[in-house]
Amino acid sequence: MLVYLLRRIAQSIFVALAMMVIVFFGIYMIGNPVDILISPDATPREIEETMARFGFDQPIYIQFLTFVGNALQGDLGRSFVHGESAVTLILHYMPATLELAALGLIFSVLIGIPLGVYAGYKADRWQGRAIMTGSIFGFSLPNFWVGMLLILIFAVELRWLPSTGRGDTVDVFGIRLSIFSENGLQYMILPALTLALYKASLVTRLARAGTQEALVQDYVKFARAKGVSETRILFVHVLKNIMIPILTVLGLELGSMIAFAVVTETVFAWPGMGKLLIDSILTLDRPVIVAYLMMTVLIFIVINLVVDIVYTILDPRVRVTGGAG
Amino acid sequence: MTEMPTPIPLRDRTVDALPWLVTAAMTLATFALAFGPDWSSLPARVLMLIGFVAISAHLLRGRGRQFFNGPVAYVAAGSLLLLVVLALFANEIAPQNPYDLRQLDIMDGRLPPGSTTFDGAMTYHLGTDEQGRDILSGILYGLRVSLSVAIIATLVAMAIGVVVGIYAAWAGGRVETILMRLVDLQLSFPSILVALMLMAAFGRGLDKVVIALIIVQWAYYARTVRGTALSEARKEYIDAARGLGLPVRRIIFRHLLPNCIPPLLVISTVQIANTIVLESSLSFLGVGVPITRPSLGLLIANGYDYMLSGQYWMSMYPGVALLAIVASINLVGDRLRDTLNPRLRK
Repeated sequence: MLVYLLRRIAQSIFVALAMMVIVFFGIYMIGNPVDILISPDATPREIEETMARFGFDQPIYIQFLTFVGNALQGDLGRSFVHGESAVTLILHYMPATLELAALGLIFSVLIGIPLGVYAGYKADRWQGRAIMTGSIFGFSLPNFWVGMLLILIFAVELRWLPSTGRGDTVDVFGIRLSIFSENGLQYMILPALTLALYKASLVTRLARAGTQEALVQDYVKFARAKGVSETRILFVHVLKNIMIPILTVLGLELGSMIAFAVVTETVFAWPGMGKLLIDSILTLDRPVIVAYLMMTVLIFIVINLVVDIVYTILDPRVRVTGGAG
Repeated sequence: MTEMPTPIPLRDRTVDALPWLVTAAMTLATFALAFGPDWSSLPARVLMLIGFVAISAHLLRGRGRQFFNGPVAYVAAGSLLLLVVLALFANEIAPQNPYDLRQLDIMDGRLPPGSTTFDGAMTYHLGTDEQGRDILSGILYGLRVSLSVAIIATLVAMAIGVVVGIYAAWAGGRVETILMRLVDLQLSFPSILVALMLMAAFGRGLDKVVIALIIVQWAYYARTVRGTALSEARKEYIDAARGLGLPVRRIIFRHLLPNCIPPLLVISTVQIANTIVLESSLSFLGVGVPITRPSLGLLIANGYDYMLSGQYWMSMYPGVALLAIVASINLVGDRLRDTLNPRLRK
């Protein structure tokens, strides 16, 4: 077990290093940062000075080694546009993304579970089929499209909810959060719904499969024989049994929520790290792009590592074959 | 008495996928022919339509009744065919060439649906964008960009995936471990993130989007094909081919490969829809196709700024087109899965 753990951790470190190389050399190919940093009428001397200040005059492998050295100390460079440390910048934008993802997860459970349980209960009826067809749409509709539609309906036509932006925030331990203020929550509803749609479809499918399986079990028959109402059987007896696998899968999906947030945040002009990434790509702000990618990759590697370790504890057979990077 | 399973004729097993492969190669070749500046080659486009219909007919041969089991199947297949025809023959159907600056009048910018040009010669049925482009024409041309990017990326990714998957399954040992670890690694990141990463490095462009979409997808096919190949390689007909002393190359290409492809066809149909969605998301974010060749996603993004002020038509109608193409491909794919792999039916 310990050997497996060590091997698995070593693997993750190797992956992290490999990603560092890929990200650095990949992003190095984007444009020439000097063009953005220096005004077009700068003298050759000024250009040279700026190049030297940012280290662009060094050969690429020296730049890479400097990058790695700094990265290991938690320094991923300074934003060209904001003039701030890229890591600080991303940490500043991160809470907005995380709270959006959290509310999205809550929504996906609140929408997906009732629909899925009902679809499992009426599996062979038109209601069940309609919900399943609907979930295909949930899977296949582009995120930005759904967001646009929600804005058009609820913000432009009905004027119930604000369209874009973040609204009021409340300081919680020095972190600005919208989720605890009524106005901020109003701003969050549409983007969180958009983000939740894909996961809600996933939860619907899982809950339906689980319900179908559970309904033929003895404990359901017994409860029915006892005269327990169908609603109570479904939402108390069955639900308790299908919740654990669903929550496990959702935990794994938290990482992909952060990735999907890039699109949602752009649609709703939500000031999270996804929007920061897109803005940085459009302004060729290399350090921020690199920092975002490195931090997201790190989050994913940690999630995968934790998942693998948890699996190993739960299912000893995994140890023989080994898991994903 | 138990019923004997009907033996499957050997001929069927060895050549099943070949017509499909030939048609796919033909389609790719005609894509290359037609992918000129404005897809001017009409014969190539007609050939592509024939290829598309031929593939569909080949997939459904003898199973048409099973496939068309209700109104949804008819509507989905019909709208898919209609959209493909619209995309292919946009040059002939569209009232305007939205990329020909001589045909645009900036004075006609942001007109609501149903407006006409100043001299009344042409009606903008779906309105115009800020450049005075007819939205309907823009959608037809954009549909073509979206569809062709997705189809090319999916076919090439599938080809790479098939080669890698079969190679890994056949080679086994260390090669298989390394290749599959690579696949696992890539699939542990969401495709939108990988695609964004690639586009951040490449910059926008039609060819770059295609390359990014190929890189995002190949691993998925490689994993599927390896699984199929491993289970197929254990079957008797491969043992039989080996027993006959056939060369390895022949066994792989004529026996193993054709049997690994049919399960992929269903996946690839749905995957084309996913690729369209991914490409449109990238384009919406401004890191996808170039402004000179807008796809549906980019059209939506262009009109998005005006939507909040009530000028909904610029992004709404391209959005409806995107929904139509994605939904019809998905519904057709769903029917195909039920028809071709009855085992998967739930």
